[in-house]
Amino acid sequence: MKLPIYMDNHATTPLDPRVLEAMLPYLREDFGNAASRNHVFGWKAEAAVNKARQQVAELIGAAEQEIVFTSGATESDNLAIKGVIEFYKSKGDHIITLKTEHKAILDTCKRLERVRQERLDELKLLRLAQLAGQDVTEDNQSELLAKYDVDSDETYRKWAELPTGGARVTYLDVEPDGRVSLEKLAAAMTPKTVLVSIMFANNEIGVVQPVAEIGALCRSKGVLFHCDAVQGIGKVPFDVEAMKVDLASITSHKMYGPKGIGALYVRRRPRVRIAPIIDGGGHERGMRSGTLNVSAIVGFGMAAELARKELPEESARILRLREKLRKGLTDALDMTIINGSMEHRLPGNLNISFAHAEGESLMMGIKDVAVSSGSACTSASLEPSYVLRALGVDEELAHSSIRFGLGRFTTEEEVDYVVNLVVDKVRKLRDMSPLYEMAKEGIDLKSIEWTAH
Amino acid sequence: MAYSDKVIEHYESPRNVGTLDKEDPNVGTGLVGAPACGDVMRLQLKISEDGLIEDARFKTFGCGSAIASSSLVTEWVKGKTVDQAMTISNKDVARELSLPPVKIHCSVLAEDAIKAAIEDFKKKRAARQAKAS
Repeated sequence: MKLPIYMDNHATTPLDPRVLEAMLPYLREDFGNAASRNHVFGWKAEAAVNKARQQVAELIGAAEQEIVFTSGATESDNLAIKGVIEFYKSKGDHIITLKTEHKAILDTCKRLERVRQERLDELKLLRLAQLAGQDVTEDNQSELLAKYDVDSDETYRKWAELPTGGARVTYLDVEPDGRVSLEKLAAAMTPKTVLVSIMFANNEIGVVQPVAEIGALCRSKGVLFHCDAVQGIGKVPFDVEAMKVDLASITSHKMYGPKGIGALYVRRRPRVRIAPIIDGGGHERGMRSGTLNVSAIVGFGMAAELARKELPEESARILRLREKLRKGLTDALDMTIINGSMEHRLPGNLNISFAHAEGESLMMGIKDVAVSSGSACTSASLEPSYVLRALGVDEELAHSSIRFGLGRFTTEEEVDYVVNLVVDKVRKLRDMSPLYEMAKEGIDLKSIEWTAH
Repeated sequence: MAYSDKVIEHYESPRNVGTLDKEDPNVGTGLVGAPACGDVMRLQLKISEDGLIEDARFKTFGCGSAIASSSLVTEWVKGKTVDQAMTISNKDVARELSLPPVKIHCSVLAEDAIKAAIEDFKKKRAARQAKAS
């Protein structure tokens, strides 16, 4: 066994050697531009891209024309959300998403909210000038706003309902197990709702959402369904037809492919339209211009093929190892809490809180093991993970949480090593923890008046 | 985050971890921080009649810098008078451990813990004297 041990496969995965082998020719002799139509270099590159497109499509039950290559999941998420909102703006401008989504979704939604707000502010000033019959300046603005109630003005209210280019967004809470409630999702839909964006599997807690049910609900309401499927694809079966997904973000580096390449699935029947966010030579049927990264696409394709073929066996093996890790830790240590649903969970994920042992300091103690912590103990941000907070996890427990991500190359020997090491370090930290001592003495930590700083 | 060697050294071999009898009239206990913020420090000082810090013990829930800061101050206060201990500032701690800016609050906590422990000791002594007179 070699140290350090990598158990952070939610962040990224190592490149599978078979993927690298497939890529190498396209970094060497077959370097052509897939858009070059008039010579053999271009044809070879195009053929390689087509094969990869087929491989990626097959992994998710799509047709190859439905795969748009992008630079990765962040771009795919941006393209899906901004693209839909812009294209369908005359139809509606409301998005529903979850508080536990990835920042690529949440921050994109926040930007669209800002765009809408700025537009409304401009309209408001315009209407104010009309009502007042004079120009609105910085000096008279607040005075005029006090005089004229623009907010309840009929004309302004009509203007505010016009397409703005931005969006209004509902950020739904999740249930304590991390899953969305379909009733709450249905209740949040309005006639203005054009898009629901809910992830397949959460990157922190590994909780898998009821995607097929969400898809069926959205389809029945005529709302588009975008799924950030990055963390679940290749680990749990995902099928865009069975799940009625309209748009899906995928990335290569979470499935043992190269970084910097991903895709957006865009449904053809019923047809989903998106406005591009990158303009240029009209590559990828105009949805994502830019010269194709042929070698990375070939690697992505190979990674997708391997993921599809090896999924059942690999998932079963990883699940067995994850359970060994979970049992090893929870049998040896008291006061441990698993965050998120155990039933609906990625096989390789274990997000666990070791009460009264701080996460960052535990990571420092197990520095030969690469994991991730839900704690953010810095003066700039004392906030622990927003995902754990959205689940209602107590802040102290959120500070005490560790995310283990097992993957294709995790071995049983590594799991054994990690169990022993973590148990030892948690015990050591708890021996040093005033909270553990107080909890053992039966003192209710909530009853103490803490001096926040 | 890359920690300094001193932080790592204190984290790996913390000094004076433990608990003193908080009922002992000569022991002052300072408990600072909050679990929700991710760090809680408890510093206990055993102080003689003439105000000399004879012993110090700590327990800390927090990151490596918080543990190192509390471990360091237990070393520093031992053998000092209460007045001398009161002059230890978070800047001294941060400098000694080369704490990065985002971890300065760990040193602030250590300074607060010393002050809180001494204050607790003084309160105890005042209560005792009030009873005696």
